[in-house]
Amino acid sequence: MNAPTTWNDQRIETWVGVLLRTGVMLAAAIVLTGGILYLAHTPGPRPDYSHFHAEPLQFTQFTSILHGVATLNPESIIMLGLLVLIATPVARVLMCIVGFLFERDRLYVAISAIVLAILLYSLFFYR
Amino acid sequence: MTALEFSLILLVSSLAAGLLGALSGLGGGVVIVPVLTILFHVDIHYAIGASLVSVIATSSGAAAAYVREGFSNIRIGMFLEIATTLGALLGAWLTTRVPTHSIGFIFGLVLLYSAYASLKKRRDALTQQPDPLALRLKLKGSFPSTSTTHQDYIAQRVPAGFGLMTVAGTLSGLLGIGSGAVKVIAMDQAMRLPFKVSTTTSNFMIGVTAAASAGLYLRSGYLAPALVMPVMLGVLLGSLIGSRLLVKAQVRTLKIVFALVIFALGAEMIVNSLRGTL
Repeated sequence: MNAPTTWNDQRIETWVGVLLRTGVMLAAAIVLTGGILYLAHTPGPRPDYSHFHAEPLQFTQFTSILHGVATLNPESIIMLGLLVLIATPVARVLMCIVGFLFERDRLYVAISAIVLAILLYSLFFYR
Repeated sequence: MTALEFSLILLVSSLAAGLLGALSGLGGGVVIVPVLTILFHVDIHYAIGASLVSVIATSSGAAAAYVREGFSNIRIGMFLEIATTLGALLGAWLTTRVPTHSIGFIFGLVLLYSAYASLKKRRDALTQQPDPLALRLKLKGSFPSTSTTHQDYIAQRVPAGFGLMTVAGTLSGLLGIGSGAVKVIAMDQAMRLPFKVSTTTSNFMIGVTAAASAGLYLRSGYLAPALVMPVMLGVLLGSLIGSRLLVKAQVRTLKIVFALVIFALGAEMIVNSLRGTL
């Protein structure tokens, strides 16, 4: 009896707010850690970004980023922070699905599931 | 210039861009891209990659503050996110295929429009007419209009709003921005949602929309870690400070100054794109 009545939209939003804030702060902390390590290990001149050469595979694939983190590569740690950041809105949609399930709102469980499917497709398969 | 000096200058500039984005209501992305491309001669692909990440950070960082006010509508946001994420897929795909100067040119146009839109007076034109589609999709709600009363609203012209949101998503994916200005047209003007509801709901949507482009940006090598690091941290910090100041400051004069800056950046981007020097 309790669950469906206590889970209203305001409650979902409050949880979502906490989740987003936590996700972004965690991501920023990881990026900052990687950044400090990077600057400590890079005494040379600034990198040149005036011409686009796609970043090396090391920084464009999930598995190689995690591999780099395991070897404490500073730039891989920055990329890990970015992955946490990108995962935050995805987790938000997931949390809304749970919230709508508690509200027994089938229509919005379905709508949120479509958004989640598009996000997961874009993250893992889209090229 | 050493890597440390470069990172510090980027951090400070991004902080200023985030501050400007928050105070003008345009968002950090629309400011940081011209700053990176024009001032720092960063290739536009790296610039929009850094911007996209900053946009996710600011949207998520600001959300907690908006939630407390109780204006945002998660159902309307979630429904429209179908449109913005699909649009973002298209936009991100276009980015990998469209030549640099075309991206710069479109970006310049969006800047000019955003400058204009930020100065336009926004007025609520609420209608209580029960739109059948909006009713079926539960695109309605109420918000606190005074401390004791609530104002009800219901979305109008849902298909037009959905279509415009697809455009907003496409621009977000193509340019690495939150496209707040287009979202406002969709929600204020097409769907006739109250001003406060559309701004806060749009902020919620920006993170999800941008996340839909992030995968392709990552795989296409647009996310340069050493560049993104100071930019993301700076824009995030700047926008958090900006939204605090916003509560206190009288922003009308500031807005005019900012609109002129944005307008100048837009014009500069268009000229550089046409000259091929972007």
